[in-house]
Amino acid sequence: MSLEVDVVIQRTTRRITAHFATGAGITALFGPSGAGKSSVIEAIAGLLRPVAGRIVLDGDVLFDVAQGLDRKPEARGCGVVFQDLRLFPHRSVRDNLLYGWRLASPDRRFLTLDDACVFLGIASLLDRRPRTLSGGEAQRVAIGRALLSGPRLLLLDEPLSSLDAARREEIMGVIERIRDDLRLPMVLVSHRADEVERLADSVVALGD
Amino acid sequence: MLSPDDWAIVALSLKVGLVAVLLTLPVAFALAWVLARTRFPGRLLLDALVHLPLVLPPVVMGWLLLLGFGANGPFGRFFAELGVTFLFRWTGAALAAAVMALPLMVRAIRLSLEAVDPRLEAAARTLGAGPWRAFATVALPLSLPGVLAATVLGLARSLGEFGATITFVSNIPGETRTLPLAIYSALQMPGGDAQVVRLAAISVALSLGALVASEALARRMGGTRVA
Repeated sequence: MSLEVDVVIQRTTRRITAHFATGAGITALFGPSGAGKSSVIEAIAGLLRPVAGRIVLDGDVLFDVAQGLDRKPEARGCGVVFQDLRLFPHRSVRDNLLYGWRLASPDRRFLTLDDACVFLGIASLLDRRPRTLSGGEAQRVAIGRALLSGPRLLLLDEPLSSLDAARREEIMGVIERIRDDLRLPMVLVSHRADEVERLADSVVALGD
Repeated sequence: MLSPDDWAIVALSLKVGLVAVLLTLPVAFALAWVLARTRFPGRLLLDALVHLPLVLPPVVMGWLLLLGFGANGPFGRFFAELGVTFLFRWTGAALAAAVMALPLMVRAIRLSLEAVDPRLEAAARTLGAGPWRAFATVALPLSLPGVLAATVLGLARSLGEFGATITFVSNIPGETRTLPLAIYSALQMPGGDAQVVRLAAISVALSLGALVASEALARRMGGTRVA
């Protein structure tokens, strides 16, 4: 896998530039809060339109200002685990997990619901509503929902920031297993050096 | 107890009110969506137009309906060719009630649409849903209690409609004489006091029931935000 990002993003008060190319494994976007790490994730996912530049995933141009090309988020194959998780409050955990799975073409799926439940240890949560989950449980469901949609790249926005030490350890283990067992490339946003040091295969520093 | 005449008035009012609300609902939803989710020049003007029936004297609204939907009005002629006439008919009473209920319904639906976190729809997009599917599977179900509340509120408003109705379609027993018009007529009639009391009691009961139902539905909107 290869990912090339070369974008300029205009937010209301500032301008963010990101320029990097990366390969398999975990790429960490590292920098202080406010450096625009989340904006870069949103731009890769197609939720935010950069004012200039291009994004290429595996030779597939997702975004290119010069060509006037802007692939829709649903056609990019980028799974996202949002910092605020964004689980659907009106659906059960099972329906949250299956939302993207049902929409994915069968050849894109690499997990079944049962696989994901075993992989993430969430089988007992299936009939619960998102608001009844603890922080660590909700985090695992959000990761499962993204994985089941059959992405070719997983984007994780500060997946550890809201967790206590034990849960952090647990989720870091999950992320390592996604890399080692599922061999899914990931871009991980973090503002903590220890996380980056442990998880990242390559590091992209963002900041002023 | 209610006389057969009273029952007929209640039945006519409910028919007029329900048709009015069902007619208004898709229009109100579309307008609410446009006002909540889009930005375009002229949006303020559209917003003002939608709210016009709320502040305009109802008699003026009725007169405008006469101009537009009367026998010689542009819309009146169009609908006459389809076999629908409004003047002095219950259909006209339903149209008047629909127009008067529109602003209330647009407001309530718009509030419920604006309460749905757009970030949830963004999440649905990254999971493979197109914009319409994301709307239908996320925003629509989350705003549904608000839409139902708006419908009940619109029904209550329709049942109370007086000024535009009497101006547009007059006060014809069995055809356009809905609850408020029947109360007005009974007040003018010697010995009509007993009927006034009965019909007014029904009006209070229907309105109160609608408001309670609408409020209960709107409360269910709580807890749909992510953060």
